[in-house]
Amino acid sequence: MEKVGVYICTGCDIDRLDVERLKNVAKEEFGIEPKVHPHLCSQQGVEMLKKDASELDALVIAACSPRVKTALFTFDDKYVERANLREGVVWSHEIDEHAQELAEDYLRIAITKAQKAMKPEPYIQEISKDILVVGGGVTGLTAALEIASAGYKAYLVEKEAELGGWVAKYYKTLPIEPPYRRIEENPVFRLVEEVKANENIEIYTSAHIDSISGQPGMFDVVLDKDGEKIQFRVGGIVVATGWKPYDASALEELGYGKFADVVTNLEFEEMAKGGKIVRKSDGGKVENVVFIQCAGQRDLNHLPYCSSVCCLVSLKQAKYVREIGGNAFIIYKDMRTPGLWEDFYKEMQQDVGIYLTKGEIREIKEENGKLTVFVTNTLLGEDIEIKADLVVLATGMVSTLKGLYTVKEEFPDEKAVPYKHIAEPHPVKSEEDVEIIKRAGHILNLSYRQGPELPTLKYGFPDSNYICFPYESRRLGIYAAGAVRAPMEIASCIEDARGAALKAIQAVELVAEGKTTFPRTGDIDFPNFFLQRCTQCKRCTEECPFGALDEDERGTPMPNPLRCRRCGICFGACPERIISFKTYSIDQMASAIKSIHVPDPNWEEGAEEKFRFIVFACENDALPALDMAALNGKKWSPLARVIPVRCLGSVNTVFIADALSKGIDGILLIGCKYGEDYQCHFIRGSELANRRMENVGETLQRLMLEKERVQVVEVSINEWDKIPEIINSFVNQIMEIGANPYKGF
Amino acid sequence: MAGEILVIGGGISGLTAAIEAAETGYDVILVEKNPYLGGRVSQLNKYFPKLCPPFCGLEILFKRMKSTPKLKYFTNAEVQEISGEPGNFTVKVKIRPRYVNENCTACGACREVCPVDAPDDYNFGMKNKKAIDLPNIMAMPFQYYIDDGYCNKCGECVSACRYNAIDLNEKEKELTLNVSAIIVATGWKPYDATKLENLGYGKYRNVITNMQMERLASPNGPTGGIIKTMDGKPIETIAFVQCAGSRDENHLPYCSAICCLASLKQATYVREQYPDAKIYIFYIDIRAFGRYEDFFAKVKADEKIELIKGKVAKVEEVNGKLVVTAEDTLSGVKSKREVDMVVLATGMQPAIEPIPGIELDEYGFVKAKPGIIPAGVAAMPVEVASANESATAAALKAIQLARR
Repeated sequence: MEKVGVYICTGCDIDRLDVERLKNVAKEEFGIEPKVHPHLCSQQGVEMLKKDASELDALVIAACSPRVKTALFTFDDKYVERANLREGVVWSHEIDEHAQELAEDYLRIAITKAQKAMKPEPYIQEISKDILVVGGGVTGLTAALEIASAGYKAYLVEKEAELGGWVAKYYKTLPIEPPYRRIEENPVFRLVEEVKANENIEIYTSAHIDSISGQPGMFDVVLDKDGEKIQFRVGGIVVATGWKPYDASALEELGYGKFADVVTNLEFEEMAKGGKIVRKSDGGKVENVVFIQCAGQRDLNHLPYCSSVCCLVSLKQAKYVREIGGNAFIIYKDMRTPGLWEDFYKEMQQDVGIYLTKGEIREIKEENGKLTVFVTNTLLGEDIEIKADLVVLATGMVSTLKGLYTVKEEFPDEKAVPYKHIAEPHPVKSEEDVEIIKRAGHILNLSYRQGPELPTLKYGFPDSNYICFPYESRRLGIYAAGAVRAPMEIASCIEDARGAALKAIQAVELVAEGKTTFPRTGDIDFPNFFLQRCTQCKRCTEECPFGALDEDERGTPMPNPLRCRRCGICFGACPERIISFKTYSIDQMASAIKSIHVPDPNWEEGAEEKFRFIVFACENDALPALDMAALNGKKWSPLARVIPVRCLGSVNTVFIADALSKGIDGILLIGCKYGEDYQCHFIRGSELANRRMENVGETLQRLMLEKERVQVVEVSINEWDKIPEIINSFVNQIMEIGANPYKGF
Repeated sequence: MAGEILVIGGGISGLTAAIEAAETGYDVILVEKNPYLGGRVSQLNKYFPKLCPPFCGLEILFKRMKSTPKLKYFTNAEVQEISGEPGNFTVKVKIRPRYVNENCTACGACREVCPVDAPDDYNFGMKNKKAIDLPNIMAMPFQYYIDDGYCNKCGECVSACRYNAIDLNEKEKELTLNVSAIIVATGWKPYDATKLENLGYGKYRNVITNMQMERLASPNGPTGGIIKTMDGKPIETIAFVQCAGSRDENHLPYCSAICCLASLKQATYVREQYPDAKIYIFYIDIRAFGRYEDFFAKVKADEKIELIKGKVAKVEEVNGKLVVTAEDTLSGVKSKREVDMVVLATGMQPAIEPIPGIELDEYGFVKAKPGIIPAGVAAMPVEVASANESATAAALKAIQLARR
């Protein structure tokens, strides 16, 4: 940026610093005459900034933390850089010469970053706002209808000949909205009719997806319908492929496959729908039906998780037994009818023919063609035996993504699983096995370098920060809904379909303007690749958590800007430093680091003031934690310069090298927790940073530098009370080791 | 031209709904009755099952808000009345004075001179605040406020403020909005534990609620995150009483959906600080549904955590110790445990007060009707993940109406 304005606020005790010296930094070192204001965020201060902004490319605001008064200090498309003098200096340090030098460095960093930033231009393409819905069950049907009602065209693809999914096989259903009290007529047929009648929905049944290439807004879909290829372009995708039943043949211990009268809940549902609830063995009348809950679920040998719906389903099916005059016995571990579903449970408890008890199945025996279920550890404390005409196993739901080859990293044929948070590598032994899995049962068939499906967490559930941002998958524009995402009943599927539909609509609207989505929503800047210097090391294409980069045959990255979340992990990965954003670049960061004033090397042995440290802090967690520490009057070493980064994953090892060669004594990276319960908003950034720094450690030792000089720590946003101590002990540790010997070279 | 969307409530559901709709390109107005956004989750120490701090997700939401000019919000604001029809609602909003305007820099000079100490509701009275204070350390907006109930209008803060940010004469305002759709995300309040007479709340100081436990465990809470008895003693034994009010015809007939997991989570707070403490959890059913079962399995593996099936009949104090007695209603088996502290897993009750134009069900949850879209716990008891799903779904229903 050419025209940079510098504004120093002296409010909130910033005037305790030597403001004249700060002004001189801007004036003498950068040739910019700064303006000083006693209350920059006042109406009058902002008016001044607004007026000046029209003549400027960038504004440097030396005041409070970038997290404070952010909207106020935003001026259309002007680049704004904040020097954090309040939380970062005066609130967190004794005001002395050290603090003064710290403030001056923050100003240097901010001005340098503003000067090195460039004006971003959005990546705007001719896009489609149509949305593809994969799966024609309740979730997919709802998603298609809701998308159409919002004014968008939906393509609905179903692999079976008929729409309706599993629910179409049900006799009756749980209620789809409160009050949750009675079983209801199956709503799916009405939904199917509505979908068929909707002009904004194009339906393809008996079809599967051959391939999807491109990027959000420009996904080119090729369908295969009975061998015929159908092509169209969509902007976003909702994955509603649902669930598959847990394979009951693994439940021989409960008599399945051994006794004819032991059936699954799905088989029982089909019997009810066919109007034939009879003994399977001899077609005889059914009087007693025993429902066995958690048939496989909550069991490490089968499905470790709870399928959420099976308690409700058995309660519903108990009602079917009552309709034919029989008695139902439900044996459960815990009756899980959370929230308002308690109403449904209570309603069923009113029925004298439905017996419920906690218990464990000891044995199922067959004598003279009739089953007996032996139950132990019951509520009454005694063992009971129940004669049963039918035993229904409440088997669980498995995500349709489970067992699929989803992303490359889930292949253990490449020695080890590189990312800790993926807990369940598939047991693939050989290249042939890999090929078999690759061909098996694909859903999306994405032509992404990293793999054909949505990346998953444990149990085949799509990877996301599932508490706070449940729909944010690792593939921009593609959102999962319904039982593919987590086991759920129909009411939840309907709601989930709406949520995913909204996200798909939002994605197409944003990419139409060249903007990214969560968490940097609206960011138009995207990474540029100077490919002439690419060495095809493939780090960027492998490490991008969002699969934004494909590869040509030689391994050169092929960027897809509309898939990009703008985390900067690629830019952190590149050893050739050829990836940069306009507003966040290698040159900018390296120059900012070099702008830090490292005192003259003619220093006395052990003189503290000569040490300098850099703290790269994740702007989502570590930076706010530092702000809160400052707000609470915590103090930390004034020798450390905190540089916020989008994600620790965007810290390139060249920053470390530059800092060390400049004479910085130690570098601390503070990022989010990683592993199975990762907190990183870019999924893997902090984990990747950790791995890269391990490699840096080895390099340091070759250079005869102590590896302790570069450290990574994981911190949560609420550990603000610990962060100052983390910085201080790092500083002290390095001061004990001694100054960086490269200082002054 | 699209009509505006109103979101009532600035907790996790309201924020999510508002931000998702605004980021899709719609104009959104959010009203929040507290002086800060973030709602109940901002009071929590950690979320289950990842044991991560709510402020982490809130920070992202706040950041997205700051860069979304389409989203406007009012704090200290309450909806009085709704009339009209889907696509064209008229909404009256009352905005109570904050007495501190946007000039506030959160420098804190006012707080230093304020002579009034007042019990802090955010910390359930376990900590004092000043009559002028920041609502919490990550407050959004990052701006002080005056608590009307305690301020004596002495004017000390006005003289201390260098930024002309305090106006003790600020008056209540009224606002009339015209909106297309209304998302009701008014959330919940903890069930009043004093109604649970047999459980000793209000009678014995070491009987606390699960929300109080969240504050005790929070680094910004009354004890700086150190869990102690109310007499300042370390915890050797502690009991969690599940369904304290929930699944009870005399109190909340429904299940609050989160309390089992919340107590399991709180057991990990205690364990982290006291490796040897004995922890008892009295329950009817442990409802760790879906993937949360993993978390239950992890907690259950702790040998010093004992899960006892049975509804707690009473909590008494005997020789300075609390005695918890549970009875299994079916088997009649009685269990007794002596503990230092009792945490009542009190349930969630809808927070909404009757508003003309919004229909409530028998429990006080908001009924969905065209244009009036409940989200999160306003609709039914749910945990945070489901609240976010519900809020995103609500945003979709709202944009369908707001689109013109």
